[in-house]
Amino acid sequence: MAFGRSSHRPRPVSPVTLKLLVAGGFGVGKTTLVGAVSEIRPLRTEETLSEAGRPVDDVDGVEGKTTTTVAMDFGRITLREDLVLYLFGTPGQDRFWFLWDELAQGALGAVVLADTRRLADSFAAVDYFERRGIPFTVAVNCFEGADRFPAGTVRAALDLDPEVPLMMCDARDRESVKEVLVAVVEHALNRATLRREPAVN
Amino acid sequence: MSDAGQDTQHWFDGEAGPVVRPYAMTRGRTSSTVRHRLDLIAVVVPEPAAEDPGRDQTLSPEHVEIVERCRDTPQSIAELAAGLDLPVGVVRVLVGDLVEDELVHVTRPVPPAELPDVNILREVINGLRAL
Ligand SMILES: Nc1nc2c(ncn2[C@@H]2O[C@H](COP(=O)(O)OP(=O)(O)OP(=O)(O)O)[C@@H](O)[C@H]2O)c(=O)[nH]1
Ligand SMILES: [Mg+2]
Repeated sequence: MAFGRSSHRPRPVSPVTLKLLVAGGFGVGKTTLVGAVSEIRPLRTEETLSEAGRPVDDVDGVEGKTTTTVAMDFGRITLREDLVLYLFGTPGQDRFWFLWDELAQGALGAVVLADTRRLADSFAAVDYFERRGIPFTVAVNCFEGADRFPAGTVRAALDLDPEVPLMMCDARDRESVKEVLVAVVEHALNRATLRREPAVN
Repeated sequence: MSDAGQDTQHWFDGEAGPVVRPYAMTRGRTSSTVRHRLDLIAVVVPEPAAEDPGRDQTLSPEHVEIVERCRDTPQSIAELAAGLDLPVGVVRVLVGDLVEDELVHVTRPVPPAELPDVNILREVINGLRAL
């Protein structure tokens, strides 16, 4: 620290910034997951289902759910003063897909949150990241009362490539969410390493 | 910009919802004169010239607030929007003004594929584990 060099304050450090996306179907736990690990409270720009005028939303399996996210969840994880990871939780409804293209650009990786009671809700997100070559991990949010399926069954249902990590998680639990994020970055690291050092044979 | 900041109504994110409020704070401008679109995780760093932005009469309270917030810890566009409760589009325009006035500069995020080395990803992993 170079105090006393001049009357000016030291120049602030401009951090390296990276982002991870958290995607998944309606009510799967995206907001909960971002809130479990990040410094900033999620940006809660939400509206009630009735205001949105979408009576067709299937909320089965999401007890007491009355609001839906309009904007996005946003969290900051300060890893070091000069290294910051941002989380963006993207709305699960199809009408918000237009938000994704900007978010996906330059993303380090993504988490696709899945609920075994509504696995089909994850298809769109899996498809999206596959097509764009964004490293992603599927995290099954284990709600109470939902049947547990072997990972292989979920993997088959989602038709995942063998290299895509699949794990069980509890979106409310900080340690569990940390493991999910580590898995995404490890997956991104493996990809980057392969790309930079092609096998010599 | 002197008439900005009087709208205390809640702003919905104009980019996310069906409700698009007039961008009064930016005098109707929806894209800034800074040529490239500021990335959500681009970081705003005050210039030394911005030591006392409150004295600049052409700046709105929101402009000043952005400079103040970034002074000790530079913040991303998304962070500013979340913190100020403003739509991302509005923050982009305001930051664009500040760049034009040379009161801040914006560092563009390095796309992961262009990171100089993958060790930064190992540091991210270690940092996450240590949280
Ligand atoms: N039992 C249990 N409940 C959870 C878990 N994760 C989230 N919930 C609850 O499920 C409901 C929906 O969670 P949210 O985090 O709001 O889901 P979301 O994906 O952000 O929802 P939308 O943004 O509306 O798509 C909330 O009432 C949570 O408290 C979990 O792991 N276990
Ligand atoms: Mg949510």
